[in-house]
Amino acid sequence: MIALTDYLTLAAILFSLSVAGIFLNRKNIIIILMSIELMLLSVNINFIAFSHFLGDLSGQVFVFFILTVAAAEAAIGLAILVVLFRNKRTIDVDELDTMKG
Amino acid sequence: MTATLLTNLHLATPEIFILSMASIILVVDLFLTENNRYITYLLSQFTLVVAFLLTLNLFSGDTFYIFSQTFVSDPMSSILKLGVYFATFVTFLYSKDYLIQRNIFSGEYFVLGLFAVLGMMIMISASSFLTLYLGLELLSLCLYAMVALQRDSSVASESAMKYFVLGAIASGMLLYGMSMLYGVTGSLDIQIVSQQLGAVTNKTILAFGLVFIIVGVAFKLGAVPFHMWVPDVYQGSPTAVTIFIATAPKIAAFAMLMRLLVGGLLEIHAQWQGILIILAVSSMAIGNIVAIAQTNIKRMLAYSTISHIGFLMLGVLSGTAEGFAASMFYTLTYVLMSMASFGAVIIMSRKGFEADKLDDYKGLNQRSPWLALMMLFIMFSMAGVPPFVGFWAKLSVLKAVVSADLLWLAIVAVVFSIIGAFYYLRIIKLMYFDKAEVSEPIECAIDLRWVFSLNAGLILLIGLMPESLLALCKQVVMS
Repeated sequence: MIALTDYLTLAAILFSLSVAGIFLNRKNIIIILMSIELMLLSVNINFIAFSHFLGDLSGQVFVFFILTVAAAEAAIGLAILVVLFRNKRTIDVDELDTMKG
Repeated sequence: MTATLLTNLHLATPEIFILSMASIILVVDLFLTENNRYITYLLSQFTLVVAFLLTLNLFSGDTFYIFSQTFVSDPMSSILKLGVYFATFVTFLYSKDYLIQRNIFSGEYFVLGLFAVLGMMIMISASSFLTLYLGLELLSLCLYAMVALQRDSSVASESAMKYFVLGAIASGMLLYGMSMLYGVTGSLDIQIVSQQLGAVTNKTILAFGLVFIIVGVAFKLGAVPFHMWVPDVYQGSPTAVTIFIATAPKIAAFAMLMRLLVGGLLEIHAQWQGILIILAVSSMAIGNIVAIAQTNIKRMLAYSTISHIGFLMLGVLSGTAEGFAASMFYTLTYVLMSMASFGAVIIMSRKGFEADKLDDYKGLNQRSPWLALMMLFIMFSMAGVPPFVGFWAKLSVLKAVVSADLLWLAIVAVVFSIIGAFYYLRIIKLMYFDKAEVSEPIECAIDLRWVFSLNAGLILLIGLMPESLLALCKQVVMS
């Protein structure tokens, strides 16, 4: 039997991976977008695990909303990425340093 | 089931109205030619005015829960919503000419603005994690798109990307925290969460949830050390968008702080007070000190925002009703000042000239004594000089902090606000005592002139008579 803590540990590992992916990655913005998706999915695992073990459905309803919002968020993120690429001809994270101070 | 879901639906009429009008304006805008675009603008302003009246009409001293306890209508939400409409109305007015001059006078700005207003209203009225999250995302997604509105600007798209990535991380953190709280309390309803807190057995998960929620909220507020996006976004986006981001969303962020920490987690106040103290002190320190080094006025105002956010937190962390009222007063008056300061940047700018360097304000008094005087009001108010409203806002949060036995914190706050006074007064020195590099007078449309004078005048007027607004804040927070 898989216990609640196993699910929570998995979600925590995925969450840490996604945070590390965002902050350690210095090359490519698309990887950041992927990490953001991973972050939301790890939260979903948390919600579903809690929902199952509490016997309460509202957590699973929340997950549906998160999935929908994540899709909208990805659409806007990619749209901004396209605009950025048109203007700068690069999606390198290190090149995003015009503003300082 | 349907009966309970739909009872008291009229309490959500402002939201329903804004949603319908935003959708209608989106379609109407498709059929308008470039010359008739002002119709979109007028319709948006009309929507905000009607929503203002609707909310005013619904205002009562009682608290109602609708939509299966996910949506709350209480006096505080009404007042904050009125603030949001007012801020958005003035923002649209300031932005119109700016957008026309830069060929981005498109329907998208107004439609996204209205949807953002809807998101803020949902956040303000949220009484469940689900509604709070949905409102927050609706607001954020609109703002990301608005920052990237100027498609051919490489700075704007860069700041949009930064805003998007950091905003998404913030949402992720907030959600992670919410999932933890859901796990320990077994409910998404903020009221039930607050009732269940005493019975929680697993304190570790609770502490995790609390920390992640505070990190998420701090990101959205722009408190140090989660402030990295604020200066870049303020500087990079078109001023018309900066002024929007700098005003109404602050009210919504304050509401989020109140709903989560005060509405839901007041029981463990002792645990989050320490975290908020660290956030507040570092925000006031970094905000005020780094602002001194700035040469770009939009960036300087961004750091000033960060320091004001620190002040705003002071009232909340005191944990008393007085403190919450003081923070609410601070938020509303800060929005008024921030609106006026970016309004001045918009009035100074013209096609091909953004007026975002501090040097552009040299000798402003010789070019336009009126604008210089208004700017003087704003800067004095931000620095906290009596009789302007900024003084009363600072005074009331400091009072709350002192009465919560945190005298040292009040002293630290005063010291940082004195440091902060330096860069506000520097602008006044530039305007009045330096020689103008260009001598041409500043032209601006008559409606812009009136609204700007009114806005700066309000800063003085509320400063002279702060009692009524303060009493109102107290009254709505108590109930």
